[in-house]
Amino acid sequence: MGNVYDMIVIGGGPGGYTAALYGARAGFSVLVLEELAPGGQMGTTEQIDNYPGFPEGVGGFELSMQMKQGAERFGAETKLAGATEARLAGEVKEILAGGETYAARTVVLATGARPREMGLPRERELRGKGISYCATCDGMFFRGKAVAVVGGGNTAAADALYLSRLCEKVYLVHRRDRLRASRAYWEPLGQAGNVEFLWDSQVTVLQGGTALTGVEVQNKNSGAARLLDCAGLFVAIGHLPNSGLFQGQVELDGAGYVQADETTRTNLPGVFAVGDLRAKPLRQVVTATADGAVAAHFAEEYLSL
Amino acid sequence: MAVKTFTKENFDQEVLQASGPVLVDFWASWCGPCKMFSPIVDEFAQEQAGRVTVGKVNIDDQPDLAARYGVMSIPTAMLFQNGEAVGTLVGVQPKENLEKLLK
Repeated sequence: MGNVYDMIVIGGGPGGYTAALYGARAGFSVLVLEELAPGGQMGTTEQIDNYPGFPEGVGGFELSMQMKQGAERFGAETKLAGATEARLAGEVKEILAGGETYAARTVVLATGARPREMGLPRERELRGKGISYCATCDGMFFRGKAVAVVGGGNTAAADALYLSRLCEKVYLVHRRDRLRASRAYWEPLGQAGNVEFLWDSQVTVLQGGTALTGVEVQNKNSGAARLLDCAGLFVAIGHLPNSGLFQGQVELDGAGYVQADETTRTNLPGVFAVGDLRAKPLRQVVTATADGAVAAHFAEEYLSL
Repeated sequence: MAVKTFTKENFDQEVLQASGPVLVDFWASWCGPCKMFSPIVDEFAQEQAGRVTVGKVNIDDQPDLAARYGVMSIPTAMLFQNGEAVGTLVGVQPKENLEKLLK
């Protein structure tokens, strides 16, 4: 093995590229390993209105490319390859990606999270045939039709609102008796006129042959089942951390998020966790970038020891 | 080889009647994941030049093509061989998954 980087960042989202920016700017050799394309979940977001400095909002993909360029300006490298193995315990850490082994003295875990699936039979089979995890991507296919959204958080509320402008009817299916989403959504959803709330309910059956035609929804209190005719079902029931690769090495919480405090230090020396992957109360682009800066700071401290 | 643009005018000839495999990327300009997927498809096209024809269908311009193949989620990558869709991938994919589609 030849080159040992000062820092390898696994995951090229906002947390990862901010760690890379701060690390490279501090003079360290930095490699970012990204499985798909820069940006992570941010890259798939049509418009971001809550990252400061962009009064008109900014496209998620554009911001991703700018963060990447910002880090590369100071010498950070990017390799488009998914990490398949990570040996994090030693003084020199080894990451296997795209069939090659990369070594570094510090590693920043920034693999983020992915949308949670409902876990219903045929869910995967019907993905792209009525089941979607991205309303802004796929809403257009359901113009003038009835759709359902499952979930009660900010994503579900934003999806329902977006779809209410395109679709004839939007059913919002939520397992609780009120939304968890920010109050900012409550009034617009009520005023949309075509959004029907199904509280204390969950989707139990997916109907349809080659494409979705409806879903069966059960009320948890009464046990009553209701069939909703809909061509689309948008799933927004939260996220799952991409921490499988690190399981058994760094400490995870009960939900699988990496345990690291505000210093982003994990239980392993020289290993840091940032962004959506880290156990923390608010997962936003701006909190991910903040994590990245903090991780680089403590990586610098660790490297100078 | 450059990535082609498929429309309903050239689809039959360039995709269905092609002698070799053709990968079609269904996308739209307002779709964030499509933007992430596009450079991956481009790289795939470059590496497979001469073996696989690669092209894109803008679903805003070509709603009929999207409907004909039941595309209800983008990005969708569809592999055609001998006039038939033989494999479909929905959502952003790493390049390796496109390569696996060929097998």
